[in-house]
Amino acid sequence: MSLAKRIIPCLDVDRGRVVKGINFVGIRDAGDPVEVAKSYNQQNADEITFLDITASHEGRGTTLDMVSRIASEVFIPLTVGGGIRTCEDIRALLNAGADKVSINTTAVTHPEFVREAAERFGSQCIVVAIDAKQVSTEDEPLKWEVFTHGGRKETGLDAVDWARKMVEYGAGEILLTSMDRDGTRQGFNLPMTRAISDAVSVPVIASGGVGSLDDLVAGVKEGGADAVLAASIFHFGEHTVEDAKRYMADQGIEMRL
Amino acid sequence: MTIAVIDYGMGNLHSVAKALEHVGDERVTITRDARAIKGATRVVLPGQGAIRDCMGELERTQLKGLVNELLTDADKPLLGICVGQQMLMSHSEENGGVHCLDYLPGKVKRFDDTMTDDEGHRLKVPHMGWNRVDQHHMHPLWEGIATGERFYFVHSYFVSAENDAHVFGTTRYGHHQAHIATGRDAVFAVQFHPEKSAGVGLKLLENFVHWAP
Repeated sequence: MSLAKRIIPCLDVDRGRVVKGINFVGIRDAGDPVEVAKSYNQQNADEITFLDITASHEGRGTTLDMVSRIASEVFIPLTVGGGIRTCEDIRALLNAGADKVSINTTAVTHPEFVREAAERFGSQCIVVAIDAKQVSTEDEPLKWEVFTHGGRKETGLDAVDWARKMVEYGAGEILLTSMDRDGTRQGFNLPMTRAISDAVSVPVIASGGVGSLDDLVAGVKEGGADAVLAASIFHFGEHTVEDAKRYMADQGIEMRL
Repeated sequence: MTIAVIDYGMGNLHSVAKALEHVGDERVTITRDARAIKGATRVVLPGQGAIRDCMGELERTQLKGLVNELLTDADKPLLGICVGQQMLMSHSEENGGVHCLDYLPGKVKRFDDTMTDDEGHRLKVPHMGWNRVDQHHMHPLWEGIATGERFYFVHSYFVSAENDAHVFGTTRYGHHQAHIATGRDAVFAVQFHPEKSAGVGLKLLENFVHWAP
């Protein structure tokens, strides 16, 4: 095996600015996505993901401009998610310089959209984001369900079946967020990550709940994730991506150092 | 001095254009205009998505003949990227079998879906992420890049060339030894994305910009 596992820092952006405090050394404007992306590139990040939380439709132009500015200076894969509803949205992002787009709610409301997008742009650039949490009680067999709207709205969809279906529809990668862990710093939901990683043929990115470098290790070793995505442990300067990669490599995980 | 990135409708061409602008002083143009392509000093043949679509678009945009001409032009360096590498081969098994440009004898095959790692977990297809590139033969485009460096890949099909002299780099995935860098004369082609491979990728593009075969 020589393919490295990936670390992907995730940035929330609103109207072209990074939100949630970025706080690490050597950065002048923590809200400037270009600066933050460059900084993560210097830390040897394997990819960068932007989650666009811009509420207004008019604000989306600033996202395209932001992607274009980053793509002119940072030469690693860029994924953009958030509010993607049409093939036109995807085309505009890819033309601006995004390499992949991540589709979340629209995949649930219109699954055929995933098929259409994969046929038109190729599976390699279509990531389906799945937000899921455990719904089984302690004495029941494990079961996880897909949620939307930040974990508030249940869909009735079984997460493992849903992941399989999305891959069948053309998803090239699955971004799996453990909604019951997001923000808790208790680590990924490992049984769910493992179940989905084993169920699909495409790479799975684990996300949600990372509080320590050991959580990243567990995501790969126990969860079977091909990549791990995290925000706060990197943004607040607790760890650099470089440190995290070295730590994971020391635990026997193949990394790009 | 112009580098033409051939735009036949397949793939994200802006990233490669931006990366080429970043490493050199030459003007980079994304174009499907035959005169502009002929007039360029260097040419990039990109490609993304299904190979049948790529070959189909190349014909539909009437650029196939021109690309064949460019491939035999010893004075015009050409860099193929991703499906742009695969299209140079004789034949691909994707989409039920597609005849390609037949510039290099060999096939494009699919990674076996049933491969597992040492612990018995399945190896994912597409082969996505950073993998090691072993330099099989020396080439000016490898200058300043160590063998074994990692480049960024996204693909499910890979090149298997017949002639060892055409193979400049290999990457192992599961039990497959993919010929991820191939070439002949003024043509060099890679399966990975140099424009997305950080420092080593930019170095390769810089080498291409200065390559005088």
